[in-house]
Amino acid sequence: MESFLLTDSENIMQFKTNKLSSVIEWGSLLLSTAIVCFFIAVIIWEIFSKGFSVLSWEFTTMVPKEGMTSGGILTPIIGTVLLTLITSAFAVPFGICCAIYLNEYAENTWVTRTIRAAIRNLSGVPSIIYGLFGLALFVQALNFGTSLVAAGLTLGLLSLPYIITTTEEALKRIPNSTREAALAVGATKFETIKDVVIPSAMSGILTGVVLTLSRAAGETAPILFTGAAFYINGSSGYVNQEFMALPYHLYMLSTQHQSIDQVKPIAYGTALVLVIVVFLLNLTAFYIRYKYRKDEN
Amino acid sequence: MKTKLSAQNLNISFGTKQVLKNVNVSFNENEITALIGPSGCGKSTLLRSFNRMHDLSPDANINGTIMLDDLNIYSKNIPVTEIRKRIGMVFQKANPFPKSIQENITYGLKINNLPHGKDVIEKALQEAYLWDEVKNDLKMPATRLSGGQQQRLCIARAVALRPEVILMDEPCSALDPVSTLKIEELIKHLKKKYTIAIVTHNMQQAQRVADKTIFMYLGEVMEEGPTDQIFNNPKNEITTNYINGYFG
Repeated sequence: MESFLLTDSENIMQFKTNKLSSVIEWGSLLLSTAIVCFFIAVIIWEIFSKGFSVLSWEFTTMVPKEGMTSGGILTPIIGTVLLTLITSAFAVPFGICCAIYLNEYAENTWVTRTIRAAIRNLSGVPSIIYGLFGLALFVQALNFGTSLVAAGLTLGLLSLPYIITTTEEALKRIPNSTREAALAVGATKFETIKDVVIPSAMSGILTGVVLTLSRAAGETAPILFTGAAFYINGSSGYVNQEFMALPYHLYMLSTQHQSIDQVKPIAYGTALVLVIVVFLLNLTAFYIRYKYRKDEN
Repeated sequence: MKTKLSAQNLNISFGTKQVLKNVNVSFNENEITALIGPSGCGKSTLLRSFNRMHDLSPDANINGTIMLDDLNIYSKNIPVTEIRKRIGMVFQKANPFPKSIQENITYGLKINNLPHGKDVIEKALQEAYLWDEVKNDLKMPATRLSGGQQQRLCIARAVALRPEVILMDEPCSALDPVSTLKIEELIKHLKKKYTIAIVTHNMQQAQRVADKTIFMYLGEVMEEGPTDQIFNNPKNEITTNYINGYFG
């Protein structure tokens, strides 16, 4: 009996040990968070402090001049925008349709499970592999040459697994009772999906799409061999020609340019613009989610 | 009393598990029939087979006949959507579409090419005793309604299509007593126009609303008859034990 009872001093000891371990637990979590925040702050500070001085209206509306040592970054901005548009035109419809098929129509057989596993694995393949594949397929086999369309399709391939996976997750979150509701009033399977399931899953689908595209917009490796150019004189924007893109421009300015000191501010400016673009895209995803949540409730 | 809906020699299995064994039941026109029995006895499975909800499960195997008047609802040459239009369903958990109240009513009408004007919406909502509560907020998302209101909206959505039969799968199990009474009152009022089959776990509810009661046990129909007889003078010993609460 006594062994179950603790004396006062033992109780206090126990209490102190508990308190100590909870402080350690809490403290280690806080410390990890603080370390992560510290690095994020350093990165943002680094980019902003060095890039902010060159950021101006002219910087984003002028083409690069004098061997890219002055002028702006309009050409790479246009390139990245067009590239992202081509990527989404290819990856969004195919990705969403594929996810709808997998989640709503395909029976759960080993074939479907294999396809699904393959898609998940593809999203883990390093992006340089996609670059090589795009070079072999689009640039050479299909004879598109190193061009905007070849690079856009390559990025589209890279984006597909993400779009399929996020769309499928969004569709999975729609309970079967919602589907049954539509079927019970005489909707066909297609009408159920089109009128009830997709609209209910829209916030999840769009969030996935925007986040995937924001990632694709920042990719360098897949466009390296498929169409990104070191420098293009004057206007760009033809789908069958090479183009400049923000991430590649940044890579090139910071590692390949001969007068590295002169172009350093421009490189930081480019990094800042790229970060802002990605941030704005993520903000859009956040807004979509917020708007749909508000409408739903 | 005319038989509206009936099942003959109905066997349903999922994979290797047989859920319904040689079920023979009938539902009379303009009557409320309650399906009672312990969890897992197959009453929901039976109910869902009446509007072919099992078509969604690839491993469901259905044998036997289900007749709506003199139409075999599993006959190959009749579209399943036509069956579901004539046999409506209200589910256990209210499942309004994530759309406005108005669109919840009009959706089924639109896809079936039926008129979906203001008068139709009002009539359906009035039949479901919901009109007075929502008439000024028809554009509001249906998900903002209370649980009881959502369930009445689901009933309104079903009656808007002017079905012949309404299937209800424990429609009050997620509701508070006040909402439950409202729905029960509504069900009793709806039987004037429709044939109603209701699955319930609540014996008091079966006694309050049902004209006829079917007691099921382990996938078989143990006993069916007028509600009074089933509850006051059951013939089967298992029925007696169940309604007296010895198991359930």
